[in-house]
Amino acid sequence: MRQIPMREPDTLLEVRDLATHFFTDEGVVRAVDGASFDIPRGKTLCIVGESGSGKSVMARAVMGLTRAPGRVVGGSVLWCPDQDGQATDLATLHGNSRAYRAIRGPEIGMIFQEPMAALSPVHTIGTQLAESVRSRHAVSKRETRERGIEALARVGIPEPAARYDQYGFELSGGMRQRAMIAMALAAEPKLLIADEPTTALDVTTQAGILDLILDLQSETGMTVMFITHDLGVVAEIADSVAVMYLGRVVEHADVDTAFHAPAHPYTEALLRALPSIHAKTGERLAAIPGMVPHPFARPAGCAFHPRCHRFRPGLCETREPENVPVAPGHGARCLLLKPARKAAAE
Amino acid sequence: MLRYIIRRVLWAIPILIGVSIVSFFIIQLPPGNYLTALMASMRATGESVDMSQLQTLSERYGLDEPMIVQYWKWISGIVLRGDFGQSFLYTRPVSDLLWERLGLTFILAFTSMIFVWLIAFPIGVYSAVRKYSIGDYVMTFVGFIGLATPNFLIALILMYVSFTVFGQSAGGLFSPQYLDAPWSWAKFADMMSKIWIPVVVIGTAGTAALIRIMRANMLDELPKTYVDAARARGLSGAHAVTKYPLRVALNPFVSRIGWELPELISGATITAIVLSLPTTGPLLLEALLAQDMYLAGSFIMMLSVLTVIGTLISDLLLAWLDPRIRQGVVG
Amino acid sequence: MSRARTDPATAEQAAASAALGAPVAPTRVHVAGQWRLMWWKFRKHRLALWSGVLVLLIYVVALFAPFVAPKDPNDYASAYLYAPPMPVEVSLRGPQGEFGLFFKSYELTATTDPLTLEKTYVINRDALVPLGFFAPTEPYSMLGLPMNRVLFGPVNYEQPFYLLGADRLGRDVYSRVIHGTRVSMTVGLVGVLISLVLGIVLGGISGYFGGFVDDAVQRTIEFLKSIPTIPLWMGLAAAIPTVWSPIAVYFMVTVILSLVGWTGLAREVRGRFMALKSEDFVTAARLDGCSEMRIVLRHMVPSFASHIIATLTLAIPTMILAETALSFLGIGLRPPVVSWGVLLQEAQNIRTIATAPWLFAPGVAVVVSVLALNFLGDGLRDAADPYA
Repeated sequence: MRQIPMREPDTLLEVRDLATHFFTDEGVVRAVDGASFDIPRGKTLCIVGESGSGKSVMARAVMGLTRAPGRVVGGSVLWCPDQDGQATDLATLHGNSRAYRAIRGPEIGMIFQEPMAALSPVHTIGTQLAESVRSRHAVSKRETRERGIEALARVGIPEPAARYDQYGFELSGGMRQRAMIAMALAAEPKLLIADEPTTALDVTTQAGILDLILDLQSETGMTVMFITHDLGVVAEIADSVAVMYLGRVVEHADVDTAFHAPAHPYTEALLRALPSIHAKTGERLAAIPGMVPHPFARPAGCAFHPRCHRFRPGLCETREPENVPVAPGHGARCLLLKPARKAAAE
Repeated sequence: MLRYIIRRVLWAIPILIGVSIVSFFIIQLPPGNYLTALMASMRATGESVDMSQLQTLSERYGLDEPMIVQYWKWISGIVLRGDFGQSFLYTRPVSDLLWERLGLTFILAFTSMIFVWLIAFPIGVYSAVRKYSIGDYVMTFVGFIGLATPNFLIALILMYVSFTVFGQSAGGLFSPQYLDAPWSWAKFADMMSKIWIPVVVIGTAGTAALIRIMRANMLDELPKTYVDAARARGLSGAHAVTKYPLRVALNPFVSRIGWELPELISGATITAIVLSLPTTGPLLLEALLAQDMYLAGSFIMMLSVLTVIGTLISDLLLAWLDPRIRQGVVG
Repeated sequence: MSRARTDPATAEQAAASAALGAPVAPTRVHVAGQWRLMWWKFRKHRLALWSGVLVLLIYVVALFAPFVAPKDPNDYASAYLYAPPMPVEVSLRGPQGEFGLFFKSYELTATTDPLTLEKTYVINRDALVPLGFFAPTEPYSMLGLPMNRVLFGPVNYEQPFYLLGADRLGRDVYSRVIHGTRVSMTVGLVGVLISLVLGIVLGGISGYFGGFVDDAVQRTIEFLKSIPTIPLWMGLAAAIPTVWSPIAVYFMVTVILSLVGWTGLAREVRGRFMALKSEDFVTAARLDGCSEMRIVLRHMVPSFASHIIATLTLAIPTMILAETALSFLGIGLRPPVVSWGVLLQEAQNIRTIATAPWLFAPGVAVVVSVLALNFLGDGLRDAADPYA
């Protein structure tokens, strides 16, 4: 297990140049290709991006749940520094190792996009919840059950004792997702990774789940990594935002900066595509032109250049952009940006 | 659960009635009726035809009456009095010939089913978890050969091998000294020492089919999110696989066994003929060739009844295993 | 245009990207027709491809059986009862020392044990049997054409040639297996065609109309599936009168086999109809005012035809195996019809196969063709889902 010093002692999770590639018969898909970001303790980071930008693949890489033919091929996932500021690099651990399992579950919990798919069709909620409780506490059967029911009650499930013995398909969509949250939280993790947990739910249920996550966060002080493509959700819960495009984090900023002073043209375009209540009648939504490129046909240079409204010929398609620190805590990968204080960087 | 059981049991009744009608239809298929066949048989053996005896038989089976009455006389005799009619081939009541043979057929089919289960389940899981490994390819290939080789051919080859290599015939279920002996532990042990050949023969095709089904089921379940969710709760990969997808993949496996039973009984019929086992197969063939239709029809009916009951049991087992069926969500 | 897009095998790439959930720019794969997609996927499946070639070859052999077989399947020779296979040798020198590709075999000499009357054969190196392609034979007719040559056989027609030995009447097993191909391989085809009609009509009705009709058909299928097929087939086949002509018996047997065989196909068709009924393109066709007939034939059938073909291919081997089993038991096809099952009847007795194991040859033919059909069907089934 590799120990690496963390730059900020306050950071719970730092991902540096993470790369997950899928080795298919037809070629290599670079689903995540050099993504970097960090999450301070107790804060919420939202990871935003279109489908296929590599958000979920990255979340799985952090959890050590990358599936074949995918493999983490580079970068580091620094987890939870000790008193000396030394952090564990999860990327060097085997996904099925004992050391990883001591972290996945009890330390990092995860909830999924489709609660129905994430629940076994033939096991009760209780059976699955109990695993989570026991991953943290080696307690008796009776106490496991009590703690499980308590966890269900805490996420606002009515009649938790009865629900404990029911099956996933007997609950409504919102209740299922609450049960999943209960499972993740029963182990009292430091970090909760939520992979589009509200996408499959209707709007009112969605709001309920978001409120629940916010409440639980203020109650337990846990850190949240929230993956979404919904900027409205971001505005509601995020402390900071990481925008992903084709496997890279193209912009990383606190939520106010990201919404009001985005540096990357992609973030700008995403925000312009939002419907506004101030819009005049008849005004069309600004869509981002073009489509996400085929994964085997990644554009040269800046991958966003074919769709970029600031495209500069001769520059953008020739060079790969580096991360430019435009302000403290605000970075973007765009060739048109200048570092805020050159002196600070040198 | 109770409602499901009742519904399922009630549903077996029309199937059983249908089975009896089909069997009766087969009895009626050959030209002429029981009496003409009997007379032909008696003449062939040089017996004198006793007209009054024929008259009694004619009344007993209602041979001069419409089809529906004949059917009723036949089926009510079976259900109410256990009277399956008379075999003119053996000049004995069919029921005398039926039960012992049916019992052995059941033992054979049941043992084959256990064999199929024990082999197919672990290999199917292995093939899925180690997809595209050498073991998987070997198993797939052997499975295909097993599916492509007719039962009787496997039986013939086994017989050929045991005859040329070991110098003994592989047929039969009992050694000569136990053939007519009453049931005892020694006889049972003797049967068990010989039963494996027919079991392997009958089970091969079924095993091959079930391995493929189990593998496909597992491959369907393995990539599901709930497996990742279980691992995200800290379960090890092996534990997550055995606890979840294996358990889910078990259901179609069990339900498939219900359909496997007719195939096993079918296979047992032919295998028994080749290996000359004292089960229903050889007697059924003999009865069919001699057009001893009450005997043949009874066999076909009882084999089907056995199957219907087996399917019923497998469905109930499935309901016990799968909460979705139990609660009427699917199926 | 990148290189990847100009590659003709983009189907797999798009499939890979679809798995990742990315909406991608349209490539060739999105505009290719379904049969083309199927072919792209199918040809990647080497085993299935070669099995397909083999199946084709077997049917060609069946079609030209009298030409492929060196002897008439019913020619018997009392001097060659249970004669073992004759060796075939290849040499580059002819009898006069000339160069070329020459095939030859040797006559068999029989000695009879005076006590057991058992015959043993030895190869007589002095009596040469020259072999050759397009060897002359007695005139025969094939597909209505008068012929007097066979593909491969003894140059002198009077000489014996037992590539796979002889049976109890001294008939050539090899020629009989070749001729058996005709009946055995077509029983599957004809049976499957009858099943297809039954399955599509009943499955289609069941899936399209649903409700009471569906219930009735489904219950019938369940009922048929709960009867063990072999005893049922045996019962029905045994009732075929022995006086019927071989053609009539052949037809009856296929009908009996398909009576039970249609159920799987009907389920498949029904499932597809059920799934397609609520698809948007069917609704669109209905809103456009298409007639029900047109919706079914022009919109629904083409979209599952590929699955049906795959299911059909997988159903043929079942029929072949069933015919073989019934004929083997003596209640299916009967001699003088030549089918693999009928031929295997010769191998019923353990003593016979111990002395003449080459009588298993028709069994090998069964296994090989059933394997090939299974591999082909499997490959087709995989290819039928080109986006999967």
